Amino acid sequence: MASGDGMMDRMAPPRVTRFTAPPTRAGRDQERLGWMLILPTILVVIGIAIYPLLESFRLSFTNYRSSRPDRWSYIGIENYKDILGDSTFHTSLWNTIVFTASSVALETVLGMIVALTIHSNFKGRGAVRTSMLVPWAIPTVVSSLLWSWMFHDNFGIINNLLVDLGFTRFHMFNWVGDPSTALFSVVMVDVWKTTPFMALLLLAGLQVIPEDVYESSRVDGATKWQQFWQITMPLLKPALLVALIFRTMASFRVFDMIFVMNGYNTSTMSVSVFAHQELMAKQRLGFGSAVSVIIFVCIALMVVGYTRMIKVEEQ
Amino acid sequence: MEYEIKTSPEELDRLRATGGSGSGARRTPLAILGKVGFIILIFIILLYTLFPFYWAIVSSLKTTQEIVRPNPTMWPMEPTLENYRTVFKDASFMRALANSAIISTSVVILSLVFGTLTAYAMARLRFRGRVFFMYLILSMTMFPGIAIIGALFTIMRRFNAYDTIWGLVIVYLSFALPFTVWVLANFFRAMPPDLEQAALVDGATQMVALRQILLPLAVPGMVTTGLLAFIEAWSEFLYARTFTISEKAKTVQIAISDFTGNTQFEVPFGTRMAAAVVVTIPLLVGVMLVQKRIIAGMTAGAVKG
Repeated sequence: MASGDGMMDRMAPPRVTRFTAPPTRAGRDQERLGWMLILPTILVVIGIAIYPLLESFRLSFTNYRSSRPDRWSYIGIENYKDILGDSTFHTSLWNTIVFTASSVALETVLGMIVALTIHSNFKGRGAVRTSMLVPWAIPTVVSSLLWSWMFHDNFGIINNLLVDLGFTRFHMFNWVGDPSTALFSVVMVDVWKTTPFMALLLLAGLQVIPEDVYESSRVDGATKWQQFWQITMPLLKPALLVALIFRTMASFRVFDMIFVMNGYNTSTMSVSVFAHQELMAKQRLGFGSAVSVIIFVCIALMVVGYTRMIKVEEQ
Repeated sequence: MEYEIKTSPEELDRLRATGGSGSGARRTPLAILGKVGFIILIFIILLYTLFPFYWAIVSSLKTTQEIVRPNPTMWPMEPTLENYRTVFKDASFMRALANSAIISTSVVILSLVFGTLTAYAMARLRFRGRVFFMYLILSMTMFPGIAIIGALFTIMRRFNAYDTIWGLVIVYLSFALPFTVWVLANFFRAMPPDLEQAALVDGATQMVALRQILLPLAVPGMVTTGLLAFIEAWSEFLYARTFTISEKAKTVQIAISDFTGNTQFEVPFGTRMAAAVVVTIPLLVGVMLVQKRIIAGMTAGAVKG
């Protein structure tokens, strides 16, 4: 990688130019070569994403069960009607919304505090930034196990510390098992895992704000607090929006963490866990596929918003 | 490879003197208080990010008796490698470790080979459908796996790919390949076009220009991208949980999550933490080696969240 100036450019999405067919021989050759080079990727995308997606869509109109693969029929939109009346689905949807809203909100606020802190110059700043890659690099399953262990009712460090501090009601308290704190526990794990990522995204946004903007407002006598709301926040808005929608998409589909920490338990069940239970544990491929189609549509809408926002540039 | 903002020397001195608080104040009591608060804040950030994994390491080094003792100490009183011995003697875990290594390495190689070619086409060639394709690739990096597992389950059984290593490799390409293409296309596009223009004018073909001029320059980017794809494949859980049933294709993530499945009271906590550490260390080593590039690449938006 070359100089520092190119860095932001490299992070920006590729500029895509609209095609105007060059009627030359070289143009035709380039067209053929282009298609040859993207062909393997196209095959993968079609074979492992688009075709299964269409198949999911088709299955969602059937009463297919993996336990009796030979006897099934198309039942129209029955599955979708059933989902609307399914109380477990309602619970899982509510859990997902609570999970997404609280973890994204906490990650953003904490991420902002961390980003502002490490944005300033101090000795060892590089080491702190590197340490933030640790939660990000740890596999989600491992993070869930680490926190399950810390949250352990009997031997967990968290209850031990709380009791030491005088909160004796946490003696043997089962964080993940107790329905009142189960969702909170998984949110904690997600916040731990993702705050550093959020902070680094926001830090990148902070670093492109030119220092002289602050300089001139300082001359005008603005306080730090005013500078934050009048300069930092407006200029950071694009980076913040991208990070927010990106995190919302990821949280909305949460599966690993919840499944590892609490299985199919309804106290923490997300829509993805609900879909997985229907598809795999209950083997209701038709009904489960309808749930996954609903999840797909929700995520797809967010993806459209996201790609709009980062604008794959067209000239 | 610089990532710092440009700051004048005087500005830097001032920032150092004030601990980055930014105001022009010198050593007033308030400034000292601010500096102390700042150090505490940094300490809290470090504690928050590093403690859980530190605790896993400490727990993995404790004896079975010590780990269930009330008032746990912050370091092992009688450090032992017994838990690690148990992990490495566990044939099922070792098998899973080997499976994961084979799967992740294959995914990385295939993604880099096909991804480089596709990324070059996206960045440098003009052909019909390129804009649409770029959007498709970007969307694919955010594709929710849960939307297709039911259908993939039936398809994989039809092709005898269920519970096989090669089946998982192909499924993993669905996220690794679009990711690789997206990041490398960014990378190629950032290289000045005149680089290979001279060669093209001299009559070299596009493929020769790619191989002899762009590719050598792209090696650092490919290493980082490959490492990120490796992390993704190594850490993947949903597909591995859904499409494997026996030890034949079980990955490490399944192996360590199954450690929890036993009874509530007789779980070997120390061994489980040792297994968690073993699974994580290779990733942390890799990340530390290319950490600067990862931080830069993160902000490309396509890195896992």
